[in-house]
Amino acid sequence: MAAEPWQKYEIPGPTKAVVITKPEVVSALVTRAKNPILVAGFKTAEIDFGNGKKPIDYVIRIAKAANIPVVATAHTVSEFLKRDFKPTAWMSAMDIGNRLTDPTWSVTGKNPPHDLALIIGISHYYMSWLIMSGLKSFAYKHLKTVSIDQYYYPHCNWSFPNLSLKDWEKNLTAIAENLEKGRKK
Amino acid sequence: MTKMRIKIDELGTDILKAKGFELSVGRVVEEWEETPGPNPMPDISTLREWDHKLLKKYKPFYLPFCDLCCLCTMGKCDLSKGKRGACGLDMAAQQSRIVLLSCAIGAATHTGHARHLIEELIEKFGRDHPINVGDGSVYLEAPHARLVTGIKPKTLGDLEDIVEYCEKEIVHLLSCCHTGQEGNNIDFESKVFHAGMIDHVAMEACDIAQISTYNFPKADPEAPLVEIGIGTIDTHKPVILVIGHNVPPAVEIYEYMKRNGLENDVELCGICCTAIDITRHTQKAKIVGPLSHQLRFVRSGVADVIVVDEQCIRTDILNEAMKVNAVLISTHYKNFQGLPDRTNDPTDEIVNDLVSGKAPGACILNSEKAGEVAVRVAVAIAPKRRKMGIIPEDSQIIEAAKKCTQCHSCQRVCPNNLPIPEAMKAAAKGDLKPLADLYERCIGCVRCESEGVCPNNLHPHTLMVGASRIKIREEKFKIRAGRGPIQDVEIRRVGGPIVLGEIPGIVALVGCANWPDWKANALIAEEFAKRNFIVVATGCAAMAMAMYRNEEGLTVYEAFPGAFDAGGVLNVGSCVSNPHISGAAIKIASIFAKRKLNSNYEEIADYVHNRVGAVGISWGAMSQKASSIASGFWRLGIPVIVGPHGSKYRRALLGRKDRDEDWYVIDARTGERVYVGPTPEHLFFPVETVEEAMVMIPKLCMRPSDTTKGRAIKLNHYIDLHKKFYGTLPDDIHLFVRTVADIPVTMKDEILEFLKEKGWKESKNPSPDPTLLPRLIRVKKEG
Ligand code: SF4
Ligand code: SF4
Ligand code: SF4
Repeated sequence: MAAEPWQKYEIPGPTKAVVITKPEVVSALVTRAKNPILVAGFKTAEIDFGNGKKPIDYVIRIAKAANIPVVATAHTVSEFLKRDFKPTAWMSAMDIGNRLTDPTWSVTGKNPPHDLALIIGISHYYMSWLIMSGLKSFAYKHLKTVSIDQYYYPHCNWSFPNLSLKDWEKNLTAIAENLEKGRKK
Repeated sequence: MTKMRIKIDELGTDILKAKGFELSVGRVVEEWEETPGPNPMPDISTLREWDHKLLKKYKPFYLPFCDLCCLCTMGKCDLSKGKRGACGLDMAAQQSRIVLLSCAIGAATHTGHARHLIEELIEKFGRDHPINVGDGSVYLEAPHARLVTGIKPKTLGDLEDIVEYCEKEIVHLLSCCHTGQEGNNIDFESKVFHAGMIDHVAMEACDIAQISTYNFPKADPEAPLVEIGIGTIDTHKPVILVIGHNVPPAVEIYEYMKRNGLENDVELCGICCTAIDITRHTQKAKIVGPLSHQLRFVRSGVADVIVVDEQCIRTDILNEAMKVNAVLISTHYKNFQGLPDRTNDPTDEIVNDLVSGKAPGACILNSEKAGEVAVRVAVAIAPKRRKMGIIPEDSQIIEAAKKCTQCHSCQRVCPNNLPIPEAMKAAAKGDLKPLADLYERCIGCVRCESEGVCPNNLHPHTLMVGASRIKIREEKFKIRAGRGPIQDVEIRRVGGPIVLGEIPGIVALVGCANWPDWKANALIAEEFAKRNFIVVATGCAAMAMAMYRNEEGLTVYEAFPGAFDAGGVLNVGSCVSNPHISGAAIKIASIFAKRKLNSNYEEIADYVHNRVGAVGISWGAMSQKASSIASGFWRLGIPVIVGPHGSKYRRALLGRKDRDEDWYVIDARTGERVYVGPTPEHLFFPVETVEEAMVMIPKLCMRPSDTTKGRAIKLNHYIDLHKKFYGTLPDDIHLFVRTVADIPVTMKDEILEFLKEKGWKESKNPSPDPTLLPRLIRVKKEG
């Protein structure tokens, strides 16, 4: 399936992310990864799905279900703490991008490098896009990137296409449920 | 090099007869009390070692716009994932080359501006017109020129020598971007630093020239308050709008008005740095606003005549002027706009053609003539034009919004991804508030109105401006006129407290108007002035800071004093005034610490980097000039934070606080290597949110030289803001606390407990004499 960048003029180049049509792909990637990490930006706490839920609530569910370390960027940590969830670390979006290029680094200090990064909600489409581009060219040897944001991010290895809020929430719910089921097994 | 200048009023020989003959041979070297240091007029290679030292601590993290390079005809080349281009270049080198290209363009733009302005001012005031930037309060008039070139300028003519050096270096820098030159990214980055250093020298020469000749405030903390905001413009008068950066045409407009008794009858207003600079010349002029206000003001139809000079002008300005029947006068060969060159035509003829509508505009490359034409045309056409604008009324907005089919095309081309379709939905139902709310986040680029974007041919920006009509009319604020340099006595007063850390930092808000939200500038300024930082500003950032009132209804310029002291808020001036900010840091090293200034860049930068707690913030950085301005700060080791759009500069310079080995300095007293923590942590740092910027500012003001009292003050601000916005203690306090005495008293118990958890140990040498330069190690005196 072809997908277009959300911001129309952000044209990436010849290699583009595989479009995730089924959320199970994400849960499968997470389950298979040796050392996954989840990066969440401030938009996860800004967007409201209209039912009292925000993307950050799903980030917490996914992280708990799969036991993935979470890095909160900008001041998103305050929103996690309000929900009684302590992220593994908080640092700027630039810092986490930069560190993920380092094959000797892992957020827990254990088992480097990270081999899979789920990325969601960095506040500006173009900023997230650029960090993913940095990872594409400078972390490609050890890291695969997956965007579970609302929009298509072509610089990742895998990405959702551009989604309505409703479909985005549906996908996040499915990922969380899959991982929760997997944990119960 | 020796100097030789021959000036002959009349020369008559067998073969030649000449009048007003002037010949300069070689560079004018004015002796000053300091002997030259090791690096007079550095070339690209001279300071490479220093750059590499910084770049070892602050490594580039590249953020490619796309996978390709398309610079030469062997391309396009895909450089992603370790591939190399047909010329052998890799992605890191290509990204750093783009940064260099941007900084070379920026430096060339300021240098070109300086050259043009100085030549014009020499013609008007004479080569020997004296430099005067402080009316006796500024002895150190040109810190950058003295530091870099070893020239102590005394006259306008001396400034030409400085600019000549800059021009030579920029040619070499630009040539390095050619295919098949530099191949190493770190060496590209060193060249980027060189471009930045040159840029500050050129900007300084430019501002010195205009301060010395025009009636600008001269290092005046009490510079007058002037009016800013679209609402301040008296639309009943003929209105002349100046846009750009080169002030002479605007000065001549005002001088013509004055000579002809029209000062109170014609409104002179401006956008961007020409606006800042004309209000330094006369407080009768008004500032419309920053760059983002350009199109919306032109389209309001208020301006009868638009006079453009150079830089940051809408390149479609002629089309836009024609839409509202305004006359356009171009005054610079950098920006002809396709208009005929009428410089040598009789003034009356040009005026007649413009007033009659025979021509939509004219190019006049003579400031005096342009000034006269602008005023005469404005006076003649204003009554006829009746301010024809193209801003819709409420009923028209509602009818238009009903046609929106929610395709999201406008949002998807908007640089700020603004939710226009949602606002249209509300507007169609008669609620214009969501549309008006977009106003402060809109940068006025009108990409949403580009041909073919909206399938229903709607004009979202125009509708938004219409919906914000009342808000725009209320845009009436005060800004302090650009004061120019910092006085020597101010430096003497604050040098100690800054170096010791007792004034927690200098916060410099600079740069353009590509922000995700313009209010952030004022919020940052207010927060840090209240916290007793020194807040300095230039250009569009200085303007944006003024366009917001606190709870008492005051702008930051009314609420805080204009002195370079704790809690001061200073508008230093336009883009070319930025070197007064970096220059203040240099002056602290020179005047307060008495380090040798003459041709001694490396040592001064080492001093500034390790001791002067300053940080630049460019919340809306957009241009190539903004990148070269930032790189001039980097070479001095001063960190710069940019707003989210700054990530599009394609690389950050990031420290790794988790790597202890990166954070050692040499104690110049003993030669011992000492761990000093990540102070400062980053050199170029794009942030995601304004809250993140607020927390990073005090953190990036920490320096190895802080006394325990100073460090405690800085930590107090860092921890307090972190708790406020992040809802918890920072997780890296242990990296900044050297001894128990560094801990802010009111937070002692909490922090001691945190330190215990981290296994923190007191530093054995908490207050070294920090340097990165082994040559500065002194012989052990005692012990
Ligand atoms: S400059 Fe080099 S990388 Fe760029 S297009 Fe030419 S050959 Fe390719
Ligand atoms: S004019 Fe404003 S709304 Fe339109 S694209 Fe530009 S920033 Fe977005
Ligand atoms: S492009 Fe036009 S039709 Fe589409 S959402 Fe924007 S205003 Fe509506």
